[in-house]
Amino acid sequence: MIAETALPKAQKYDDNLLRNLGLVGVLVILVIIGIVTRPELYSDPSWVRNNILIILQQASGIGVVTVGMTFVIIGGGIDLSVGAIIALAGVWATTLATQSYGAGGMIFTALAVGVAVGVVNGALIAYGKLVPFIATLAMLVSARGLAAQISGKQTQVSANDTINSIATTKLIGIPLLVWILAVVVAAGWVLLNRTTFGRRTVAVGGNPEAARLAGINVKRHTLLLYVLSGLCCGIGAIMLTSQATSAQAAMANLYELDAIAAAIIGGTLLSGGRGTIVGALFGVLVFSTITNLFAINNLATEVQNMVKGGIIVAAVLLQQFRYRSLTHLLRRRNDPDKP
Amino acid sequence: MSELASESSATRAILKLSDVVKAFPGVRALDGVHLEVFEGEVHCLLGQNGAGKSTLIKVLAGVHHADSGEILWQGEPFAPASPQAAMRAGIATIYQELDLVDDLSVAENAFLGHEPSRFGFTRRRSAAAQTRTILTKLGHPEISPRRLIKDLPAAGKQIVSMARALSHDAKLIVMDEPSAVLAHDEVANLFRIIRELTANGIAVVYISHRLAEIREIGDRVTVLKDGRTTAAGLPARTPTRELVGKMTGRSFEYDFPPRAAPDRETTPLLTVEGLSRAGEFAGVSLTVRPGEIVGIAGLVGSGRSELLETIFGARRADHGTVILNGHRITSVGGAVRHGMGMAPEERKSQALLLDEPVFKNMTLASFAGFARAGFTAARDERAAAQRTADSLELRPRDVDRPARTLSGGNQQKVVVGRWLLGEKTRLLLLDEPTRGVDVGARAELYQVIHDLAANGVGVLLVSSEVPEVLGLADRVLVMREGRLIHEALAGEIGEDTVLDLVMAGSLMEGEAA
Repeated sequence: MIAETALPKAQKYDDNLLRNLGLVGVLVILVIIGIVTRPELYSDPSWVRNNILIILQQASGIGVVTVGMTFVIIGGGIDLSVGAIIALAGVWATTLATQSYGAGGMIFTALAVGVAVGVVNGALIAYGKLVPFIATLAMLVSARGLAAQISGKQTQVSANDTINSIATTKLIGIPLLVWILAVVVAAGWVLLNRTTFGRRTVAVGGNPEAARLAGINVKRHTLLLYVLSGLCCGIGAIMLTSQATSAQAAMANLYELDAIAAAIIGGTLLSGGRGTIVGALFGVLVFSTITNLFAINNLATEVQNMVKGGIIVAAVLLQQFRYRSLTHLLRRRNDPDKP
Repeated sequence: MSELASESSATRAILKLSDVVKAFPGVRALDGVHLEVFEGEVHCLLGQNGAGKSTLIKVLAGVHHADSGEILWQGEPFAPASPQAAMRAGIATIYQELDLVDDLSVAENAFLGHEPSRFGFTRRRSAAAQTRTILTKLGHPEISPRRLIKDLPAAGKQIVSMARALSHDAKLIVMDEPSAVLAHDEVANLFRIIRELTANGIAVVYISHRLAEIREIGDRVTVLKDGRTTAAGLPARTPTRELVGKMTGRSFEYDFPPRAAPDRETTPLLTVEGLSRAGEFAGVSLTVRPGEIVGIAGLVGSGRSELLETIFGARRADHGTVILNGHRITSVGGAVRHGMGMAPEERKSQALLLDEPVFKNMTLASFAGFARAGFTAARDERAAAQRTADSLELRPRDVDRPARTLSGGNQQKVVVGRWLLGEKTRLLLLDEPTRGVDVGARAELYQVIHDLAANGVGVLLVSSEVPEVLGLADRVLVMREGRLIHEALAGEIGEDTVLDLVMAGSLMEGEAA
């Protein structure tokens, strides 16, 4: 009885807070490394301001995709096809035929393609009972194939000024792309923490059988999660197309791995049922800061990938260690019977 | 050791347990077990569900470790560190759920974990040859060592499990309800094999609910009740009445508050007609009236849990209908909408989000009702959950702590509370509501169930514990092998009779013998 009442009240939330603080700590360390290696750059305040905006802008596309991915993983699934959906949506939105409908037509096409692919993924997984890994792996291959088919393996240049100006527009000194990321992250946070959709997501991922026996339509919800991920990819496709003023079948290569990695180091449990949007955002920022660190030091991207891999392993190891030691510590502190 | 064994008499104890205790949080699964098994005998273990048989087997198999007490194996202290260690020592266990790998061959399964090998390469031909020898010894030379397990019938799988035990050179084989999955003639073959094993000096610990079988194959019987040995080493011919008495004589309190009988004339709340699912249950018809508690008594595997899930819409019926308040139920969503709730058998895997706070677990079926335009109303939910927690005397009353940190009894209150919250539930299905719940919390749960019925809620309850069914229910249905075989008012049927019906009418046979 004593051990029961002595357990920390909001252990889970403490743990989330701690993890996010840890990620902020990693960001601080990365900035310090930047200052030490390139002190002459950091002495210029306008360069620092600019560099922060560059990092955020680089994080914007992958950040939007990671929000969708985080929902899918919390809901007990995985979406390996996000990069391929972006490529298909980007290519479809920039065909000559689509471009003839103007910016509105291009945006609508990108979003519609994302949602449609999400519906196919979700239907295969929820109703066709395919394992998410297999279903979305097949979608990865075929969506990139279709993108190559549509584009004839050519880079499709966007001739639409409105689309192209998304990447160059600034509002109150901050790029529109960063605003889009902010809105998607805020919407994702509200959706996960304040709506019935979010509650269902946690229930379906945490214990699908319990959710089903409580009257939740687990299949329909699973489908919706992949649709949400597809929608995020559609938004991402517009952002990337605007940044490059073009789209091609090979765009957003390996985005699935970056998005999964960001969600995981942000504290999302790969087995589902637990995760945070804020943590995922920090995960994305850590990765784009590393990329930036390598760029300002003119280092090769090969080394960068090795460092990224190391960070993923270190972050997950640290989480496991911290989770165990933290619960242990709190239990001891609150339990008068134990030394 | 082996020389000693051959010198001594046939009645030498190969295994001896004295005062073995094994406790899990909230429950003492073994609370003073004594057991003595002789070489070459068939020693039967008898006891109701929850008496501690499974825990005892797992202690012998090296899965659990005894907290205290003495275990002597071939005269020496024995505490296997792992299942492998127990097997090496010569104790093999054949579990009820056969632990064979479906996609491996017969030979690979027989030698799983100790494959004959040289330089790390398995010697398949040697394994096949040895398996063939063992299978021949078991009287089944027709089973090819190369066949895949999934292609074998249930009886064949049992033979392979036994071959695995023999491949270890086992001196004691524990069989957990081996006849449960076998047809009648296959049981006869199983008994023939057991007799051959014992003739070679191998001891068998045989667990079965069927008293007639125990009488046929057993030499001696040890009876467990509530984790204690109530009779050790009785002859298998002991009269049924005496055995059942040892199994049921209560030591711990089932304290059932008195209650008024419900009105038997009202229209039924739930009407189930001719409900069937292939291989699970068939032709089940029953009714539950408002304020009535109906109990189903039956063994694990009698189809009771499957029946409840089908009534709840979680499984699709092959035939038959479920009508609740005039609405036909075909899905969980529909069941919940029309006021049905269920507390499933496996609390942790089927009912709870262990990392989520208690209040979110309590509102798992109703949070959408609290929400406005899709936005959850956490404050209202928490307040409603707190009221329910208070009325159920949840301990601790804090509804923000993760469900994982609660004891079994309090977790069960959370699951029951889920359906009380909002007072929409008209019919509650309870599957083993007190499994893993300590005595104190049991009494509280009984009170909760009575209060519900007093408020006009119908309750359909399933339990392996016959006294619980008899004490709680107004009306008792007995289920065996997927069929309802008996119905009676709770006050008009005794525990012995129910237990006897549940165990396939062995009481009558016993009296005749």
